[in-house]
Amino acid sequence: MSESALVDIAVGTELPELPIKITTSLVVGGALASRDFTPVHHDRDAAKAAGMPDVFMNILTTNALVSRYVTDWAGPGAVIQNVSIRLGTPNTPGDTMTFRGSVVEVGDDSATLEIKGSNAWGDHVTGRVRLALPL
Amino acid sequence: MSKVEERKSEFEAKLKTYVGLPDGPVTVGRDPVNETMIRHWCEAMGDTNPVYVDAAAALAHGFEGLVAPPTMLQAWILPGYEMHDRSTMQSENKQLELHSLFDAEGYTGVVATNTEQEYTRYLRPGEEVHAETHIESISEQKTTGLGVGYFIVTRTLFTNQEGDDLGWMTFRVLKFRPSQPAAAADAEAAPAKPSRIKSPRGFDNAWWWEGIDEGRLLIQACNDCGALRHPPRPVCGACHSSEWGSIEASGRGTVHSYTVLYHPPIPGYDLPLPVALVDLEEGTRVVANLKGVPPDEIEIGMPVQCRVEDADETMKLPFFHPAAD
Repeated sequence: MSESALVDIAVGTELPELPIKITTSLVVGGALASRDFTPVHHDRDAAKAAGMPDVFMNILTTNALVSRYVTDWAGPGAVIQNVSIRLGTPNTPGDTMTFRGSVVEVGDDSATLEIKGSNAWGDHVTGRVRLALPL
Repeated sequence: MSKVEERKSEFEAKLKTYVGLPDGPVTVGRDPVNETMIRHWCEAMGDTNPVYVDAAAALAHGFEGLVAPPTMLQAWILPGYEMHDRSTMQSENKQLELHSLFDAEGYTGVVATNTEQEYTRYLRPGEEVHAETHIESISEQKTTGLGVGYFIVTRTLFTNQEGDDLGWMTFRVLKFRPSQPAAAADAEAAPAKPSRIKSPRGFDNAWWWEGIDEGRLLIQACNDCGALRHPPRPVCGACHSSEWGSIEASGRGTVHSYTVLYHPPIPGYDLPLPVALVDLEEGTRVVANLKGVPPDEIEIGMPVQCRVEDADETMKLPFFHPAAD
């Protein structure tokens, strides 16, 4: 399907690490681009009133970054079928979230990756992404 | 069944009536899938995949044309700016109603724990996104690191204007009773001097602290055999009855035992701090701070009198003073 589909999709293959700097601009820009105007994602006072040190990343941005991480590796022709994530520590400005991932399952027409995005507090996101094959 | 269990099973029965209900009417995305919103998304997310912004690249990679990033699925149906003020959002939203039910029962915390999205196919510009959400399940009561609570799972089905299946999403949140009072919220407004630890009020003992709020030292009394007990608990140790009431103590008692805290310092407490176990004249014992007597003059057996006083600006507590004889 894709000419740049030269990734190795054997079980155990590891994706390259991707560090993402968490900035106020990314948190707010991601929230607004995803139409999520919940105040804790753009208003520091509201975030503090909710017991958080600062604005924090919304789930849609987390999902977007997961998808970006996977297709950066798999190539533009990759088709994501399923993203299933567990949410952990919040992403707040000043932190860096580093993605790691590996191939855990390869079937006839799909492959499953396990991914993890960790920041200074622990795992922000852990989960699985299923891609259509062939890539 | 004890009062606590009765209340819990009534609450859980009420919760069950929400399982399977639609969250509200079908939501229709305000804007059809469009290149502008896709590009704004890709810019903010740092996603440089050309199939989202360049039709030729999309064709070259096997798509029928430019496609939307799959994880944008939910973004198409969010209401946008009005979300900044919940009070202005008009909703016949069952999920919010359910959350209020939890709030009223003390399960005020909420945290999203999991989400899963399945994409039947990628969306193309011009498609209208429709979404229908149901409350799929509510768990048994669970004990978690955040506190005791319940997991609520909702499932949203996505279709387009033709009724074509686009995918689905599940969302799992925990509604919990915070195990730590949300002190952080008041952090900035906190007085220079920290307050004392707040009284721990639960189902079984809140009534006792409410008595203190009113300046009364109460003792729990069994309705069946009359035995007194303290600290408050649901079942009589003498006859196992769960029916109970209370009497008001005179506040007269004697020091049964005591200790004096010199170290370590604890925010909100002045040291040295004498803590006494007092035999009330009614027969039960109560732990409280002793006031008005130097630590080296406290004696076991000394007569004391309870006075309910302001511990700080926010809370009353019982304190014992040497009885004026």
